[in-house]
Amino acid sequence: MKPQRKQDIILAGVGGQGILSIATVIDNAALREGLFIKQAEVHGMAQRGGAVQSHLRLSKDRIWSDLIPRGEADMILSVEPLEALRYLDYLRPEGVVVTSSTPFINIPDYPDREGLLARLQSIRGSIIVDSEKLAKDAGSSRTQNTVMLGAASRHLILREENLLEYIRVLFAPRGELILEANLKAFELGRRAAGF
Amino acid sequence: MNKEILLGDEAVALGAIHAGLTAAYSYPGTPASEIMEYLVKVSQESHGFIASWSVNEKVAYEEALGVSFAGRRALVSMKHVGLNVAADPFMSSSLTGANGGFVVAVADDPSMHSSQNEQDSRFFAQFAQIFCFEPSDHQEAYDMTRQAFDLSEDMNIPVMIRLVTRLSHSRSSVSPGEPRRPNDLHFGARQCWTLLPANARTRFRRILDLQAELIQFSNASTFNRLELNPKNTRLGIIASGIAYNYVLENLHGAKEKPSILKISTYPIPEDLVKTLVGSVETILVAEEGYPLIERSLKGLFGIAGKNLVGKLSGHLPLSGELSPEVVRTAVDLKPLPQRQLGDFKPAGRPPQLCQGCPHADTFNALKKALEGHERSNVFSDIGCYTLGYYPPYNAVNTCVCMGASVGMARGGAEAGIHPSIAVIGDSTFGHSGITALLGAAAFNTNMVLIILDNCTVAMTGGQPSFASGERLLKIIEGVGVPKEHIRVIEPLPKYLEKNAQVIKEEIAHPGISVIVAVRECLEEARKKRKR
Ligand SMILES: Cc1ncc(C[n+]2csc(CCOP(=O)(O)OP(=O)(O)O)c2C)c(N)n1
Ligand code: SF4
Repeated sequence: MKPQRKQDIILAGVGGQGILSIATVIDNAALREGLFIKQAEVHGMAQRGGAVQSHLRLSKDRIWSDLIPRGEADMILSVEPLEALRYLDYLRPEGVVVTSSTPFINIPDYPDREGLLARLQSIRGSIIVDSEKLAKDAGSSRTQNTVMLGAASRHLILREENLLEYIRVLFAPRGELILEANLKAFELGRRAAGF
Repeated sequence: MNKEILLGDEAVALGAIHAGLTAAYSYPGTPASEIMEYLVKVSQESHGFIASWSVNEKVAYEEALGVSFAGRRALVSMKHVGLNVAADPFMSSSLTGANGGFVVAVADDPSMHSSQNEQDSRFFAQFAQIFCFEPSDHQEAYDMTRQAFDLSEDMNIPVMIRLVTRLSHSRSSVSPGEPRRPNDLHFGARQCWTLLPANARTRFRRILDLQAELIQFSNASTFNRLELNPKNTRLGIIASGIAYNYVLENLHGAKEKPSILKISTYPIPEDLVKTLVGSVETILVAEEGYPLIERSLKGLFGIAGKNLVGKLSGHLPLSGELSPEVVRTAVDLKPLPQRQLGDFKPAGRPPQLCQGCPHADTFNALKKALEGHERSNVFSDIGCYTLGYYPPYNAVNTCVCMGASVGMARGGAEAGIHPSIAVIGDSTFGHSGITALLGAAAFNTNMVLIILDNCTVAMTGGQPSFASGERLLKIIEGVGVPKEHIRVIEPLPKYLEKNAQVIKEEIAHPGISVIVAVRECLEEARKKRKR
């Protein structure tokens, strides 16, 4: 765990991919650990299949802006590869990119997939995970967001047990099967990221 | 005290509940919808108050006003353009005043994330000469809402809470206080609430006379904070609402901090402004929305001997929302180093109709029916179906404000457009299409109105729609549309030809026709399955 208790994360994806669920888990885990949080999210029009992002700020000190300043994000956590690149200018020079390699193609001019992955690989310290395959392995293709949370988990300033606890809080009401799939998705994501 | 993570909208809602709310009303609209969503959720669990969606914002405002007349506390919430719709009761409520605490929560959408324009509701508060709070964070949203109810009852005036998207839709923790009981029933005085000219003149005089007191209240409010730095006489900053956060984001660690005045209440706290202005050479005004404070300071001729900068001077943008970066530049700091994208421009990903959306099938049938018509036009309205503007549909050519399509189609028809088509959603029709159809039916205008009944308010997240199903058909008949020209279609790909034929037949009818396209929104159906 980093000594400095402050982390700014851009969550990215396409409307409907469940990035707000990731945010809820991180928020609650952070609150449990006594951190201040601010989380700016997107509601409304963009949620109809448009590009969505959420600014998530955690700190042991008071947080001022709801938006992360460009150049200050410690991490971009994206459920979609093109969306990971859209916010690159928010990342600080030594920040990390954790992204899915599974494209969500709902526009005619979606870039060439190989070129896109090559571009992501060229980003220093990027972690690229096949969330579609891992989610299927976990038992539900709808758990790609949790796969990505698992993949990012070691880079978060939060304890894994707290993340897992709020995955339980969030998914338990949706049934045993969905909860199990999400716990497994988290684990598969974490391992795929090399931990 | 327990901390809760809440949206800015939810903090307002919780503040209202704890202030002793009796009833709240709203019409959906981003970014304000979550105020009522939260109230509905809590009221279903605790039954202590009424939380209800209304037919439109004017009606919501009047429903809330009735609660206030009865001596009980009421909240009405809406997005910025909703206040245009409610402007009539809003302006007159500054004369009636409030009996039970009456709070108007309005959420502005600078940058138009989900809106057709950007406007600054603080001007409306100023126009009606009422008091307005502008929170900069979630705790303030909660605390100010509570105080707004107190002030409303103490001074007998409506009070506004002005939010913006970035606070409405940001989450943070809030420490709530002790809840208080609702008021008992006690009626408003009839001479205050009956705005006959003789009464209204007295009531207008009253709100004018109150202004000095409201300014004093603003001067004394602890939500406004002046931090003078006598060592820095060069720069002073006036920052309001969330602009204050952006200023502090950039300057909280600075060695030589400028003097900073945080403004969170209106009328503008004049004494605090005077002190700041007297202490510095250059004044930077940072505010989200229009330059209200800056323009007030500038007047016609500026402040003699001072350098006033902000939106009007071009130091901050006049359109769109502020950000930590634009404020950083305005306070003369170098941008932070950032990762570069190089020559790569990520393709845009605009919102679009869901795969299989019923609106798409209606548009396909409509386009087919209009083939070969050179002077046709499709006037549209606001909702998911406005996305029919984009390819591959390119199906609609206007979207102005809720309900505009119906009136515009009549005007268009009378100006020579044929076929003149209006396309409107069920909720938008209930909001402000009905009255326009009453007019078009009375004049038997040669136009076709297509109502897209997807049984919900889809665009804003699936709130209940009132002008839907059987009731919708009765309304159409009730305003005078001949029964044989009220047609119902089911927008599905397999009925493309049949539906296009129905539209063609009604285009051929030289008078008013209404076609109702009925099929449930996919998102709504999905949510129902989940429940
Ligand atoms: C005065 C005003 N109030 C609220 C809104 C927000 N708003 C945009 S579209 C819409 C309603 C959409 O419902 P409907 O007409 O049924 O169409 P759907 O989205 O279901 O297709 C609302 C409430 C607005 N733009 N203007
Ligand atoms: S939410 Fe419903 S109405 Fe809106 S685009 Fe999707 S299916 Fe269509």
